[in-house]
Amino acid sequence: MTRRLDPALQLAVPAALVVAVGIAASLASRSNEIHYLRALVSVAIVVAIYVFVGNSGVLSFGQVSFVAVGAFAAGVLTVPTALKASVLPGLFPVLRDNSIGDLTSLALAAAVGGLFAFLVGLPLMRLTGLAAGIATFAILEITHNLLREWTKIGPGATTLSLVPETTGPLRATLGALLVIGVAFAYDRSRWGRMLRATRDDPAVAQAAGIHVHRQRLLAFTLSGALAGLAGGLLVHMLGSITTGQVYLELTFITLAMLVVGGMTSLWGAVLGALAVSGLDSFLAKAEDGVDIGFTLTVPTGTRLVVVGALMALVLIVRPSGLTGGREVRLPRWRRRAEAAA
Amino acid sequence: MSGVVASVDAQTLVDAVGLGAIFALMAVGIGLVFGVLRLVNFAYGQLVMAGAYTLAFTAGLPLAARLAACLGVVLALTVALERAVFRPLRTASPAVMLVTTFAIAFLLQSIALILDLRDGTIGEAAASVGGLNQAVSVGGVDVRKVTLVAIAVAALALGLLALLLARTTLGLHMRAAAADFQTARLLGVRADRVIASAVLLSGVLAAVVAVILTVRTPLVTPSFALMETIVVLVGVVVGGLDRLWTATLGGFSIGFATGVINGALPTEHTVFLPSAVFALVVVVLLLRPGGLFAPGRSALVERV
Repeated sequence: MTRRLDPALQLAVPAALVVAVGIAASLASRSNEIHYLRALVSVAIVVAIYVFVGNSGVLSFGQVSFVAVGAFAAGVLTVPTALKASVLPGLFPVLRDNSIGDLTSLALAAAVGGLFAFLVGLPLMRLTGLAAGIATFAILEITHNLLREWTKIGPGATTLSLVPETTGPLRATLGALLVIGVAFAYDRSRWGRMLRATRDDPAVAQAAGIHVHRQRLLAFTLSGALAGLAGGLLVHMLGSITTGQVYLELTFITLAMLVVGGMTSLWGAVLGALAVSGLDSFLAKAEDGVDIGFTLTVPTGTRLVVVGALMALVLIVRPSGLTGGREVRLPRWRRRAEAAA
Repeated sequence: MSGVVASVDAQTLVDAVGLGAIFALMAVGIGLVFGVLRLVNFAYGQLVMAGAYTLAFTAGLPLAARLAACLGVVLALTVALERAVFRPLRTASPAVMLVTTFAIAFLLQSIALILDLRDGTIGEAAASVGGLNQAVSVGGVDVRKVTLVAIAVAALALGLLALLLARTTLGLHMRAAAADFQTARLLGVRADRVIASAVLLSGVLAAVVAVILTVRTPLVTPSFALMETIVVLVGVVVGGLDRLWTATLGGFSIGFATGVINGALPTEHTVFLPSAVFALVVVVLLLRPGGLFAPGRSALVERV
């Protein structure tokens, strides 16, 4: 009984939580809606990072590159053609003269993110540990540098605006659910299990015939595609974006979410993303003054101090995160009751 | 090509050596801690930033007091980091330590932002330390005094450090710990003392760098020294993180190269320079994981 129920719970509980946030978003006032949408898009990004980092145990600072690539691909191609020639005159003609629908742009964002991750991962997936951390950080820097300076493929250092704002509560929820669903299916698949085996003991996994490089590359590519999709959702939520928004700070916040929730489980990724988003939104409001019985005002910058301190604290005191790195399970008394029956 | 070569004059070279000297100091600070802890300190730049803010906030005091305050604040912060963060993480994997110092970097930067924003504006002026910003003419080349000071201080600091490592018991212990920490402990090297000394030395170097950098760029912001740290990390990895001298040489080289390229090429030709530099990092990690200057392979990088 338990054996059949646990996997269902592992998908149902995170999904139900995401749906609840989606419903809250659709009921929220116009000014509050953005906080819920942000939380949902964060879930998509963090789960995308989890697919690679959680299952492989290899640290990556680079997954936000794929968010950035997805966001700018989806953004640049959905600015109306009539306006594009005047706001983005430097683009390659093929990008300048064509636009696509916003749903197509999400699919394209996922494809571009996945392709980019595959090409990057091809050499990089040979690296482990510290070297992988530094090399993926280099990828983040290269992506940022190219997006910021190369005006043939994007807006360069200026803001990309006039992107249709089509990521509402429904689409953000569906997007987050899709990412969670894919991550769950991968987790339970043969490949997911093989990759986790290489994480837990590389030598034994290799001896058992698992091709470490191939499994890591697969997860990296999948993670890149999901991150690209999340980037597409992000740009259609914001309507305008700069390269600075998909760079160091986003990398920091999303890694903090994953670490706080628990790096090695899907449940940890979802819970961490929602918990830290909630905290972050509350502090962002408190920086402008928020009414909680009395008016609480904290200095600008407090949210990063709190999130940074929380992340460092979790890493030092409880490296497995809030969830202990485990998936959702039945409460202990239910398991015992069922074992007895 | 001849146009490029012609524009690299003595002026550019001297400035480039000055920049290389500063980066070498930072590289030593990062390399020392890596040697004993296997920890890449991403938050090193924020130590420098803290020193720079101290200089800015004490602008009214006498110079000696300001320098002492700068050293005191940076050292206090370094010791606090060692006790509260590095020590509990000593047995963690290098990747976890890297991500933790990444968090600490953001934490310190945000604290600086809060302190800085008290007057409503971002950025504090650290009034120039002792007129070091004036230029002197050496053989027809105008050199800012701070460039000469940077070169002299770097040479002095590296010389002293080399003596410390080669001639003293503490240095011997540190080298032993860097070579093989577990064996060194078994042979009676006191781990806490060695690590504390290495971290403390890196803090002293951070304070020195803070003074030199504030003279070069007197406007202190929360992201002060952030880009420099990233570039130095690149240099350290490219040079070879495993050995102190290759790390230092890597730091110097990247500072020197940046100085020459930025001095010689017009800005529109250097916008993609960061991409080229970071691509070099990836290539080195893949092909010569021990670093460009290190002989043979190293144990730093495990590959699959």
